[in-house]
Amino acid sequence: MCAIASNIWQRYLLWFAHDLVDFRMAEIKSLISVLDINMRWVEEPADHPFWIVEVPSEECVKKLASRSISLRGVIELWAHSNNISTLHQQLKALNPNVYQPYLQPHLSFKVEVETFSNHLSLPELVDKIEVQSFSYLPIVGPVNLKNPDVKLWFMEYYGLEPNNIPELPYQYYFGRWITDGQRHLMKKFSLKTRKFIGNTSMDAQISVLMANQGKVKPGDLVLDPFVGTGSLLVPAAHFGAYVLGTDIDYLILHAKTRPSRIQQKVRASDESIQANLRQYGLENQYIDVVVADSSLPLWVKEFELDAIITDPPYGIREPTERVGTHKVPQITEQQAPTHIPSKIDYGHDHLYQDLLNFAAKHLKLGGRLVTFIPILRELYNEENMPKHPCLELVANSEQVLSAYVCRRLLTYEKVSRPSDCMAGERTFDPSLENFRDKYFNHCEDSRQVRRQKHYSNIGLRDSNSKTDRIAPESDT
Amino acid sequence: MKLLTHNVLSSKCLKGVSVGYPLRLNATDIKVVDVDFNSEFVSRMIPKINYSALYEAAQSIGHHNGLPDAVADDYEHNDDFLKAVHHVLLEVDVVSGDLECPESGRKFPITRGIPNMLVNENEVNEINSSNGC
Repeated sequence: MCAIASNIWQRYLLWFAHDLVDFRMAEIKSLISVLDINMRWVEEPADHPFWIVEVPSEECVKKLASRSISLRGVIELWAHSNNISTLHQQLKALNPNVYQPYLQPHLSFKVEVETFSNHLSLPELVDKIEVQSFSYLPIVGPVNLKNPDVKLWFMEYYGLEPNNIPELPYQYYFGRWITDGQRHLMKKFSLKTRKFIGNTSMDAQISVLMANQGKVKPGDLVLDPFVGTGSLLVPAAHFGAYVLGTDIDYLILHAKTRPSRIQQKVRASDESIQANLRQYGLENQYIDVVVADSSLPLWVKEFELDAIITDPPYGIREPTERVGTHKVPQITEQQAPTHIPSKIDYGHDHLYQDLLNFAAKHLKLGGRLVTFIPILRELYNEENMPKHPCLELVANSEQVLSAYVCRRLLTYEKVSRPSDCMAGERTFDPSLENFRDKYFNHCEDSRQVRRQKHYSNIGLRDSNSKTDRIAPESDT
Repeated sequence: MKLLTHNVLSSKCLKGVSVGYPLRLNATDIKVVDVDFNSEFVSRMIPKINYSALYEAAQSIGHHNGLPDAVADDYEHNDDFLKAVHHVLLEVDVVSGDLECPESGRKFPITRGIPNMLVNENEVNEINSSNGC
């Protein structure tokens, strides 16, 4: 809980990276909840990357920034307007108590300019500071461009369409930089420098978002039932959780699969999920990984988790499999110990239903299940997302992968305990069944259709010879 | 495999096995590692784990020294007790050995610290019954 310093709520500007916009609000809401932050919007947040919020104290926004990867940084808002002269008036009328502590002779400073959507060269940016002339601000400290004590920001917002920018910005903001968000984790946890990765390891930014959606906090117990190379365990461990994983693939957990890096011929002998955590100094948070089939019961009934964060296989780059056979199994006693179990397809409708049942059973009350689901965009219907009577869908964010396919990050919160024989409703969403078949067939169909459309659009009647060459490269 | 994991694993994925707990632990190689002590986490875990199963498992591999045979009454404030539990839960790592189903005797191997709980296709229930647990 943020200490309430005074009755006056202060205004801050949250500056977001313009990336994965659909995940932004969900992340902030999750963090407000897990960090118990008291915050209100001055205006209802929209797609644009500048949100003005009010909080009882600076500590609240600092806490938020200590977890958020959507957030570039937080600025103490000194003035903001859609009109530059009003901005200057506001600044001139600013209460000296706001700026005086930071405009001191012994504090070095720097003024930065951001022109969102409007790319300017460095001289043009410098020019902006000169032209706008904030000289009435009693800045007395020395300039320090590399490592200033105080950073002042002047921002102009030109809308969200870089190819269609207005002459004058829509909004102007001026304020003092308070703190950075967690964008640096994208470099720290980059897959490029990670010891053990596979074909479907989750990138750093999204895996951090997922840990935040899971409301992970220190001392939590977090499980990924489709763990793979453990890319979702890394940020969970970074935020202090103890992590566990299971996977049906023996070879991946023992790092015996073919390496995913093109330059790498064989995997190093010490690659493992544990080695990844060790690389980031998080080995203390590692509990175990287990080779197991997620469609079968594995844990004791009492086993209770704080969060389940997972990215099940989509059936495209990794197969969706469970142990089973369509034949009558015949394994002699002699074969049994070394027999590799045969596997059959684990349909997405079954997989997600099992996952939700599992979550309803093993999550603590209020615990969260965070999972991706691949979807053909034109078949998407919010009503058809997997459901369970004990789980409430609290967030649903889309990441577009191509014109036809997306994946959605679904966040469920456990709101009640399941009775003994309660199971999830099976939702026979057409987009959940046979995703793989649809994925491939759908693309092939539409490619032809698209080509025809393209030709008719540009007024070419036959689609042979020359025209083939000017047809745009189709994205598959 | 840590004993915390052992404490929550069962073999009820096997056809005909209803409880499958606790699994008998046979260790051929054990490594004792250093893990930072987090008293809050350990005391949160204590009501969630099966303490007698933990004690028996530790005893079966000879790492029960210092571990009381029952939960201390004031465990939340008893650092010595929490440290002993911490050691057994998180620092004793079974690198190789096996886990044995108490009902069917089916053995699940542990290699390089990773238990293999996969069962063969003739050991699972019919596919159409959705378990998901």
